[in-house]
Formats: sequence, structure tokens, C-alpha cells
Amino acid sequence: MAALWSIPAVQSATWALVKVLIILHAMLGLVSYLIYAERKICGHIQARTGPNRVGPLGLLQPIADVLKLLFKEEFIPAEANKVIFHIAPILAVFPAIVTFAVIPMGPPPMFVVTDINVGLLLFLAMSSLGVYAITLGGWASNNKYALLGGLRSSAQMISYELAMGLSTIPVLLKSGTLSLVGIVERQAGWYQVGPTPLWLPNWGIFHWYLVLPFVIFLITAFAETNRAPFDLPEAEGELVAGFHTEYSSMKWALFFLGEYMNMIVISSIAVTLFFGGWHGPGLMFGAHGWLSEGPGWMGLVWYLLKLFVLMFFFIWVRWTFPRLRYDQLMGFGWKVLLPAAIVNVLIAAVWLFVRGGM
Amino acid sequence: MLAVLFVGFAALLVVTSLMVVLHKNPVTSALFLVLAFCSLAGIYLLLKAEFLGMVQIVVYAGAIMVLFLFVIMYLNLQHDVETGVQIAVRRGIGWLVGALLLLVGATLLGAPAHGGSGWALGPANDELPGVEAGNVASIGRLLYSRYLFPFEITSILLLVAMIGVIVIARGRTRRPDESSRRASEGA
Repeated sequence: MAALWSIPAVQSATWALVKVLIILHAMLGLVSYLIYAERKICGHIQARTGPNRVGPLGLLQPIADVLKLLFKEEFIPAEANKVIFHIAPILAVFPAIVTFAVIPMGPPPMFVVTDINVGLLLFLAMSSLGVYAITLGGWASNNKYALLGGLRSSAQMISYELAMGLSTIPVLLKSGTLSLVGIVERQAGWYQVGPTPLWLPNWGIFHWYLVLPFVIFLITAFAETNRAPFDLPEAEGELVAGFHTEYSSMKWALFFLGEYMNMIVISSIAVTLFFGGWHGPGLMFGAHGWLSEGPGWMGLVWYLLKLFVLMFFFIWVRWTFPRLRYDQLMGFGWKVLLPAAIVNVLIAAVWLFVRGGM
Repeated sequence: MLAVLFVGFAALLVVTSLMVVLHKNPVTSALFLVLAFCSLAGIYLLLKAEFLGMVQIVVYAGAIMVLFLFVIMYLNLQHDVETGVQIAVRRGIGWLVGALLLLVGATLLGAPAHGGSGWALGPANDELPGVEAGNVASIGRLLYSRYLFPFEITSILLLVAMIGVIVIARGRTRRPDESSRRASEGA
């Protein structure tokens, strides 16, 4: 046993597996309480109290929900394509979980599963695979509403993916690396103009040429996660329940798990790219008040704080804005977001070149 | 460790590629093609070409195959069984081209590689050796220096194709808002 443990490959693989298990369970717990938070916040926005019967403050509500879903009868339409019908909900969850392999949740090596030099591309690749779950789920159900929902969503996600990819390019130009850990590390310290610090953290969002990319990223993030105001695939006024009309029990729950996990992943990427990841101005540590001087777990706390703020924003927007019409959505994506993102890449490139930051 | 992973990905690639050709249902075939692209991306990763592997997934598995699936779902080919002389001729051509490709591949594999003997045919010249193959900066430098001309030609080709699609979509319908909607869905 000790001989086996002395092999570095075995050690790193074991640690990676341990981290994977922890992340998987943390995500499941986080998602169930994210749904609780969504219902609570929605309730307060609509001047209600939200769930408050199961346990104190309704805190046991997620557990009751999941138990109910587990015991529900599963229904499969007679003419459905059985195999693809079963695979689609799995495809909804797995890209989000895979992406978590590269997200830095704190200073490496402790809080990062793996740091590869194409981390951001992995995120884009996985978010592009997310289309399959919805398209196939809608097609395999053999239901016209489900099919329409699926087709809408694939057109929507393909359109918004381009703008999302382009909106991350100025960040890459600034940091000069595709590794997410590298991107976070270049946001350490104070924002400096010349020798004098501005007493602003050196996060991406405080650089003027990264403000528009952040706005574009945020808008496309709503479209990628199929949430309001871009929740066209499941527009219940016109499409019953959209792509998951025919799904019931845990398969239906897997689609929701996927949606909320994608929300966590996209918020994490936004934190990583624009909000300095695990960096935070001094809560406690060191002479300079920066995390590199403090314990690693404080990085995790900062990361989680920023993540929760962004996810609150996601929920807030959902219960504030009405849904767009489909042609408005496509027109906005292709005629506004995409050109804006391209122009921004040019502006950022020229600015960085002139300033000599390359 | 690497050898085990390579054998795994390679076996998956062969099996899924065969299923693409052999499966009766076109949608399932297309899904197996997605799996084949993903296992190919895995092999790229093992060759330290991380950028290529990820772009393989983004472009082929994530974008092109989704459009393929779109078309297949619209056509609803599920119950069509094609017969007739044309199909027989097409099959014959398919077998012929396949056999030729196999022959070429076998000859290449049998030929002595540079510096070694047989089987492992490496690239003709290692422009980005080892870890550099995954380095985005060096790939970009190569693309914008030595391969600038092919790179620009390819982009012009894509631009022409895009304009062509829009012209075709516009030509069929008179109402401007209708045609723009079609164009955005087809892109």
C-alpha cells in the first residue's frame, strides 16, 4: 500500500477523485438550497413569504421536494425513442460537472481539481455540449411542444455561444493565458495606474475595456442557462413546458439539476474572469491585507461570497423581467451582441497594444 | 497510464465510427459521430495538443453536429429505407474509395518513419514539438506568420459561403422580416 502511494500518478489521481467526490456532493447540496433560495426570493419579490412549513423557515423543503420526486411515477411516452429519452437528462448534468474540474475555487493546489492550459476553452466546449440535452430531450419525447422547445433552444444557444466566446477574448488578451488559475493570478493586488495604487482591487471588471465584455457575458449567460428573460425553450404560455413536457420524476429533476448547476458554473466563470476569483481585499490577513498572506480557505470564502452575489443577481433578474419574443431574441443576439463583442475585442486589442501591455 | 488511456480512446473511436456507418437510425448515427469526435479530442489531449482537442469539441461536437441533428430531425428519415440502382452504384463507389483509403493508410503505416522503423509515422517536421503543441501563443504565431496565406484564404472561403447562404435565403422569400428570420436560423 505504501509502495503504491509513493507513485506520484497514484497520489494525484487519488486526490483528484477525493476532490471530485467533495465537489459533486457540495454541488448537489448547493443546488437544492439554491432552489430553496430561488423560491424564497421569488416569494419576497412577489410580497409572499415563500416556503415556510417544512422545518424552521422552510429549511427542510428541498429534502421534502427531492423525496417527493424520487417516489413519483416515471412516465415514458409510447412512441418515444427510449434510449435517447433516457440519455438526454444525463447530458443536461454532465457538462456542468465536468467544467468544475477547471474552476479555481481557491488558491491552488488545494482548491483546484486541475489546472490545464486551456481551462477557458474547456468551459466553452462543455457549454456548447449542453445544447444536446435539450435538443435530444425535446426530440425523443415525440411531442410537438417538446420538439419546438428543443429546436428553439438549440438555435438560441448556438447564437449566444458566439457572443459569449467573443466576450471572454478581451480577458484573455489582458491576462495572456487560457488557464483559469493564471487568469485569477493576474488579478491580484491593487489596480495601479503608474506607480500609485487606486485603492481598487485589480479585478477584471475595474478595467474600462472589460466592462462591456462583462455585460455581454452576463446577458449571454442568461441565454445559455435558459433562464428568464431568455427562457424561450420552456415558455409555458405557448409551449406547455417546452422540452421537458414529457419528463417526470427524477428525469425531470435532472433537467432542473442541470439548469441550476449551469447557473453555478457560469457564475463561477464570471467570478473567475471579471471578479478576481479567490482574491479579496483584506478581511484579516497580512500586512498588505491580501489573500496571498492569509490561509487558503479564506480564498474559498471570498470565491463563495462572490458566487452567491452573482447567483442572487440571476434569481433577481428572473423575477423582474418579462420574457422576450423569439425573433427579438435572435435579432438581439446576432445584430447587437455579436457586433458589440467583436468591436470590443478590437478596442481591447488596440488599447493593450498601444499601452504595451502585451 | 498514457498507453491505457490511448487504447481506451482509440477503441472508443473505432467502435463509435463503425456505429456511425452501421446504425440504421440517422439520429443515433449522428450521436455516435459526436462521441467519435469526443474520443478523437481525447487522443489530441494525450498528444499534448490541448488547444486542438478543445477546439475539436467546440467546433465539431458543439456546433456542426448540432446543425446536422437539426437537419436530420427536420427531414425525419427514421422510416426511410433507400433502394434502387442509384443506391447500389453509390454503395459500390463507397466500397471502392474505402478500400483505396485503407490501402493508402496501410502503405503509410508500413513505410519507415523518420528516425524509426515502421508503424509510428510522425509528422514530417515537428514545427511545434512536445508541450509547445498545446501552447496557444505559438500556434497563433505560426498561423499568422508561415500559414498566413492559407489562413486568410480559408476565412474568405467561409465569408463567401456565409454570404451565399444569405443570398439564397433572401431570394426565395419576398417579405424582408421573414427572410432575415430564416437566415438567422440557418446560420
